[in-house]
Amino acid sequence: MDAITFTVLSVLMVASAIRVVLNRSPVYSALSLVMLMSLLAVYFLYLDAHMVGVLQIIVYAGAVMVLFLFVIMLLNLQDSIQDYRQEKLWTMGILCATLFGELWFFFGRAGGESSAQHAVPEGFGTVISLSQKLFTDYLLPFEITSLLLLVAVVGAVVLAKR
Amino acid sequence: MDRIDLLIDVVLVLMVIGMVMNLGGLLLWVERKASAILQDRIGANRASILGKLPINLGIVNTLVADPIKLFTKEDFIPPGADKLLHTLAPIVAVVPALITMLVVPFGDIIVIGGREIELQAARLDVGILYILAMVSLGVYGIVLAGWSSNNRWALLGGIRASAQMISYEIAMGLALIGAVLTYGTMDLQEIARAQSGMLFGVLPNWGIFYQPLAFLIFLTAGIAESKRAPFDLPEAEPELISGYFTEYSGAKQAVFMLVDFLESIIVAGLITTLFFGGWQVPLLDRTGIQFPWGGGIPLPSLVVTLMQVGAFTGKVFFFCWLQIMIRWTLPRFRYDQLMILGWKILLPAALLNVLITALAVLISESLK
Amino acid sequence: MADGKGRMAYGSDDTPESERSERAISHQANDESLGNGIMVPIHYHLMLSAVLFTIGALGVLLRRNTIVIFMSVELMLNAVNLSFVALARQWGSMDGQLIVFFVMAVAAAEAAVGLAIILMVFRNRETVNADELNLMRW
Repeated sequence: MDAITFTVLSVLMVASAIRVVLNRSPVYSALSLVMLMSLLAVYFLYLDAHMVGVLQIIVYAGAVMVLFLFVIMLLNLQDSIQDYRQEKLWTMGILCATLFGELWFFFGRAGGESSAQHAVPEGFGTVISLSQKLFTDYLLPFEITSLLLLVAVVGAVVLAKR
Repeated sequence: MDRIDLLIDVVLVLMVIGMVMNLGGLLLWVERKASAILQDRIGANRASILGKLPINLGIVNTLVADPIKLFTKEDFIPPGADKLLHTLAPIVAVVPALITMLVVPFGDIIVIGGREIELQAARLDVGILYILAMVSLGVYGIVLAGWSSNNRWALLGGIRASAQMISYEIAMGLALIGAVLTYGTMDLQEIARAQSGMLFGVLPNWGIFYQPLAFLIFLTAGIAESKRAPFDLPEAEPELISGYFTEYSGAKQAVFMLVDFLESIIVAGLITTLFFGGWQVPLLDRTGIQFPWGGGIPLPSLVVTLMQVGAFTGKVFFFCWLQIMIRWTLPRFRYDQLMILGWKILLPAALLNVLITALAVLISESLK
Repeated sequence: MADGKGRMAYGSDDTPESERSERAISHQANDESLGNGIMVPIHYHLMLSAVLFTIGALGVLLRRNTIVIFMSVELMLNAVNLSFVALARQWGSMDGQLIVFFVMAVAAAEAAVGLAIILMVFRNRETVNADELNLMRW
C-alpha cells in the first residue's frame, strides 16, 4: 500500500468513525459505519486479503448493518440530545486518552523493531489458500464457530418469538 | 505495454456497463409490450415524432419518448424529507447494480494484434462472492429511499425490502454454493469454460443438468432479490402506492425503474453463466463446430467469438423475457407467504441441495 | 504493490503458470515495474487501528442509545480486524486473516442476538436508553 492510498483511506475512515460516534441520528450513524466498513474492505484488498475484503462487505455491510438499519427503522428511533452523556466527561476523556496512549506507544514501537516486510507467498489471501488453512489447522475453531452460529440462531428465534 | 492494458480494461468496463444499461432501457419497452400482449392489449404505440408526422417507428420512438418524459418532469423533494439521503438513495441503488455484471464473462478469448483478451471486464478469483457482496449492497438504496422520504408508505416499503432481501440472500447464496461445489472454483470464467463439450453425447454439458434444484432456487430467490412480481411487496401498488419510491419523481424515479431492470439482467446473466453454459454454444469450440460423430466445420476465430457473444446475449435476453413473463402471470404473494417460502421451503431445499452435491462430489472424487 | 503481487489475484493459484492468460501475467509484470517502492510501514496500519479502536471505545462510553453503543462495539471489532490483516500481510502468514474470518462470524452472531434482545427490551420498556434500563442494578 503506498502513502497516498493510505492517507486517503485513513482520513476517510477516521472521519466516518467520528461520525458514527457523534452523529445525533442513529440512521446516519449506521450509514457512516457502512461507509467505514466498505472503506475497510478496500483497505483489505490493498493488503492482499481479497477473500477477507469481500467477506467484509458480505457479512458486515451486507448483513449486519442492514439488520441494524432494519431495527432502527422498525423502532422508529428519533434524534435526541439526551443520547449523549453530559456527566463524567472527564473520566471518559482520561480513560480514552490512556487507552489511546498505550496503544500508540506499543504500536509505535512495533515499527522500529521489524519494519522489513516479509515476502508474500504465492496465492496469499485467495479463496484456496484461506480455505486450505481453514479446513486443516483451524478445523476445530471452525466447527465451534458453526456451533456458536447455531446457538445464536436458536437464541434469536426464541427471543423474538415471545 | 501497461497503457494498452489499462486501455483494454477501461474499454471492457465501459462496454459491459454500456451493454447492461442499454439492455435495461430496451427491457422497459419489452416489458410494456409483453404486458400488453399478455393482457390482450396493443401497448405503447402512440409515440410519434412531434405527434404530427405519420411515421410510427414503434420501438425507437417509445424507447426515446419514455426517458424524455421522465427526465423532463419536475424533480420534487417532499418537505420534511432528508434532502441529502433522498438525493443519494437512487445513486446508492444504481451503482452496485451497474458494476455487478463486470465479473460475468460474455465470451471466450479474443485475439487482437497478437494479444489475447479475456472477454470479461474483471477476472476475480472471488467472482461469486463479489456478486453476493454487490447484491447485498443493493438493499441500501431501497432502504434509504424509504426512510428519507418521510412517508409512512415509503418507510413500510423500505422495511419490507430489507427483510425480504436479507431472507432471500441466504437461499441465493446456498444455491450458489451448490454450483461452486460442482465446479470447484468461484471464478466465473472458469465455470463457463468447464461447461464446454457434450453430456452423454446428446445434451450440452451445462450446469442445469448437474444442479437442477439449485437453478430453481436461484431463479426464485433472484426474482425475489430484484423485487419483481410475484415478490414486489416493497412496491405493492394497492397497499403502498409505490412503496419505497412513492415520493420520487422525474429522473430519480427513472433510475429506480432502471435498477429493477438491471437486477433482472444480473439474475439472467448469472443463471446463464452458472446453469446454461455462459457463452458456450453447443458443438462449438475455439476452432469451429465439432460434431460428436467426427468431422466439423472450421471457422475463423472472430466468427467463433461473435457467435459466443451472440449466444450469451441471446440467453440473457431469454431469461429476462422469462422473468417478465413470470411477472405478468403470477399474482403477488401475501407477506407471510413470502416469508414462509423463503425460510421454510427455499432454505431447507438449498441446504439439501448442498448436502447432496457435497456427497456426490465426495463419491466421484473417491472413485477417481 | 511493490512486491509485484496483483491486487486482485488474476487466476486461481493451482493453475500452472502456462495456463494463466497472457493478460494476467502481463498485469503482474506491470505492477512490478510500476511499484514505486514507497511502502507504508506496519506501524502506520496499527496506529490507524488504534485511532479507530479508541473512537469506538469513546462511543461506548459517551452514548446512551443502546443501538449506537452496539455499533461502536462493531467499530472496535473492525479496528482489531484491521490490525490482524495488516500483521498477516507483514509476516506473510494467513493466520491473521483466519482470525478475522472468525471475528466476523462471531460479530454476525452477536449482532443477531443483540438486536433481538434490543427489540425485546423495546417491546417491554418502550426505550433503548441504556440509563433507563437499570432493573438489574443494585
